[in-house]
Amino acid sequence: MITLGRLIRKGATELVELFRSDPRLIEEYVVGTYEVIDRVEDLVRSYITLRPLNEVLADGVKVREMLTNGFKGRLAGLLIAVKDVIITKNLRTTCASKILYDFIPPYNATVIERIIGEGGIVLGKTNMDEFAMGSTTENSAFFKTRNPWDLDRVPGGSSGGSAVAVAAYEASIALGSDTGGSIRVPAAYTGVVGIKPTYGLVSRYGLISYGTSLEQIGPMTRNVSDLALLLSVIAGYDPRDSTTLRVKDLDYMKFLKPTPMKKYKIAVIKECVGEGVDNTVLTAFSRSLRRFEEEGLEVLEVSIPIIKYALPAYYIIAMAEASSNLARYDGVRYGYHVSVEGRTWDEVYAEVRSEGFGLEVKKRILLGTFVLSAGYYDQYYLKASKIRKLLYDEFMKLFEYVDVVVTPTTPTLPPRFGEALTDPLKLYLLDTYTVVANLTGLPAISIPSDIVNGVPVGLQLIGPRLSEGYLINLAYIHELKSGLKDLVPTVVSGYV
Amino acid sequence: MSNLDVKIGLEVHTQITSLKTKLFCSCSSDYRGKPPNTNVCPVCLGLPGALPVVNVEAIKAALMVALALKCRISDVLIFTRKHYFYPDLPKNYQISQYDGPGSMPIARDGYIVISVEGGLKKVRIRRINIEEDPGKIVYPTGSILTSKYTLIDYNRSGIALLEIVSEPDLRSPKEARAFIDKLRSILEHLGLVNPELEGALRVDANISLAGGSRVEIKNIGSAKDVERALTYEIIRQSKALETGEKVRRETRHWDTVRKVTVPLRVKEFEEDYRYFPDPDLPPIKISLKLIEEVSQKLPELPDQRIERFMKTYGLSDYLATVLVSEKVLADYFEECVRYCGNPEMVGNIIVNDFKRWVDEMDIEVSKAVKILTPNQLCQLVYMLKNNIINIKILKEIIPKVLKYNKDVSTIVYEENYIDISNEEVLMRIVDEVIKENPKAFRDALVNPKAINYLVGQVMRKTRGRANPELTNKLIIKKLKELSGV
Repeated sequence: MITLGRLIRKGATELVELFRSDPRLIEEYVVGTYEVIDRVEDLVRSYITLRPLNEVLADGVKVREMLTNGFKGRLAGLLIAVKDVIITKNLRTTCASKILYDFIPPYNATVIERIIGEGGIVLGKTNMDEFAMGSTTENSAFFKTRNPWDLDRVPGGSSGGSAVAVAAYEASIALGSDTGGSIRVPAAYTGVVGIKPTYGLVSRYGLISYGTSLEQIGPMTRNVSDLALLLSVIAGYDPRDSTTLRVKDLDYMKFLKPTPMKKYKIAVIKECVGEGVDNTVLTAFSRSLRRFEEEGLEVLEVSIPIIKYALPAYYIIAMAEASSNLARYDGVRYGYHVSVEGRTWDEVYAEVRSEGFGLEVKKRILLGTFVLSAGYYDQYYLKASKIRKLLYDEFMKLFEYVDVVVTPTTPTLPPRFGEALTDPLKLYLLDTYTVVANLTGLPAISIPSDIVNGVPVGLQLIGPRLSEGYLINLAYIHELKSGLKDLVPTVVSGYV
Repeated sequence: MSNLDVKIGLEVHTQITSLKTKLFCSCSSDYRGKPPNTNVCPVCLGLPGALPVVNVEAIKAALMVALALKCRISDVLIFTRKHYFYPDLPKNYQISQYDGPGSMPIARDGYIVISVEGGLKKVRIRRINIEEDPGKIVYPTGSILTSKYTLIDYNRSGIALLEIVSEPDLRSPKEARAFIDKLRSILEHLGLVNPELEGALRVDANISLAGGSRVEIKNIGSAKDVERALTYEIIRQSKALETGEKVRRETRHWDTVRKVTVPLRVKEFEEDYRYFPDPDLPPIKISLKLIEEVSQKLPELPDQRIERFMKTYGLSDYLATVLVSEKVLADYFEECVRYCGNPEMVGNIIVNDFKRWVDEMDIEVSKAVKILTPNQLCQLVYMLKNNIINIKILKEIIPKVLKYNKDVSTIVYEENYIDISNEEVLMRIVDEVIKENPKAFRDALVNPKAINYLVGQVMRKTRGRANPELTNKLIIKKLKELSGV
């Protein structure tokens, strides 16, 4: 156990170096990771689909041989957990929905191709809210994932499975997706680092669409260095995704500097630290601010009143796009199907979609259908688009004189099971601070800010377009000063 | 029919068959004849996570059409999702374009000039959309209404399509046909569409009679069928209106076998397609530079070609218009003239004989010109000019060539079509005819018109081979001899 733990606890960057010098360590690492999974998976339940050990070991052996032959893959040998919203060739991809329970894709998402190309090994597909609709992972059609810091609490969502897989040392690094906070909220609740990149930095080809214009794939890791490593691999223009940007410099490792690379001016949004925020969260937030000030960085307060419209605008746009994106699930070509004998298309569609989708998904499809309907389009969708534009303009103005905006990632500690779900409005409020980055397309990172009452609290940094490097620099500085890295949750402390 | 107040508007869907790949993926656009569901990929199957990327050549093609139809071109290209559930549509929305808030078609406000009853008529184009073709539904044991089960083939899914919508400026089925013929010819001249490919050109026709409702006939496969379907509808609707029956607002289906329209579904209100700009496809600026680049590549268009045919070859407006109505026909004409000159004679033969029989036999012009090749047609011209055959025989030879796919010379030889211009031989036949028709002969003595009857009898006896002018001359000569004048 102790010898296995020796590798499991290591960061991804360090592991890859170790494997390069001694490729035989990959097998020990793979077996060790599965040992951890054997012990904690039943408690936390991160994975919807876990590949069998022998298959993953075989992949490990392949990478070992490649390394022996001089392969320089940046992720060589690393075990990666992938949110089940990302398409993996020949590996079941369910989106945590009954409607895709048996869907085995014939192709790989661009990010998966890039990861495999760098020697990374996908070991499983993680649990999530069905079609990424939720903030707690309670909306999975299959089972709930638990927070390894407190099994009575939610891990956050929708990328709850990926967050927990990484936090509980069931994988070294993970991929999540973020439409309104789905990477950052679970990262904050489980004490890991997660980034929602600038819209268009990472290819969405192979990301099962929910809110097309809002979402990005992003890394979820136990420390900032690992995040920089994985982001460097997955970022970049993709001819298969027309919304990707042509960015030249994609090396984020060079921003892992212990001192500020520029005199960052940090802005606190007044509206995000007022009413509705837990005192414990505020205390943690202030402590983080102080760390920055100690580095000689200026922290100032700004006001963006329009931010109060962000949440409704977000939900209108996300639901409208969802109603369209989810139209394709009709049971004709793949996924959940029912007998068609002697029935009309409409009857078949109605049955498939009634039985295949969960309640939250149906609710969002219905609302989205409504806001796109003739006569309501201008009132809702167009209006929400206008708010989105105004919000973007506000942030652009703000970034003329500040470099980064900070908020608590979430206003509260992770809810206990059932707590959030009983009040849908309260549930949606969990996303208040995160949706801003999705509406504006700006990059936002969540890092551990503190551990309060035995559970982690997250800090969010939002920067201008394509400022991922500077966000990583600041996150790295905060990590060094706070010591909040490679955290070990109570559930796994005995094993790793 | 012309005294009825009829309004017809057409929506023509044409595939851009010149493209190598589909509109949003790299699958081949040559889908015909392939085993079902083999010309597909995650994108055109609408698999989860797959994203569309627009084929730039399709945009250029649409701009060409927009310029040829004298449209106003938008400065930005926006794709819009049009939602409806149907199994041939893998995403249950079609990536299309829309004229509404946040969206716009690539081009609008153009026109086409058609010839009607000798005059010219401007038919306005409302808009042009670029969109993706759905898959194809196959009804193996009957039609949409009778088949026991349905199969879906997605090979066609995602093929680049242009939707060209006219204003309701057309007033008769004949005008509708002329519109489609002209549009088809423009698309052919642009080198973008091969309309002979099955399903390359499909038409939805909207028709309303004064006092009635708008009826849409969906998915008609040819200009000829559009004319037939509209004619059928006018009769059906005017009968209904006469008897005080209500003409329902509905969508109908043209049954190509029974030659009738049948109701598909009643349209009580405008369908709500929940259009919104496709967030997977960011707007694309259409620069003046691109428009210039495309306009420089515009080839000679039908109107210019008609004018040139009249000027260069001295053809009548009618001949030139018919020839240019199909690019293959116009190309054929020019090739023949290059071989053997005589543009007027060649033009007349092509329009009055060749084209007539091609239509009658329902064969494709492109195939017919490979049977009666320019070389073959020029042989006919040569024989006619040198009195080896006469015009009547020529009219008989052409359908035989087309029908049996044989050489002109073989048919002339086999059928013994060589013109009888030998005076002695003909005189003998004339004598026979006069003997057999004494009454007609007596009539002819007093009434010169009766001579035609005698000429006809000579023709009948020679199965058309007698040279008509010589026959005429010989009969008159005989008459003069016998009447002793």
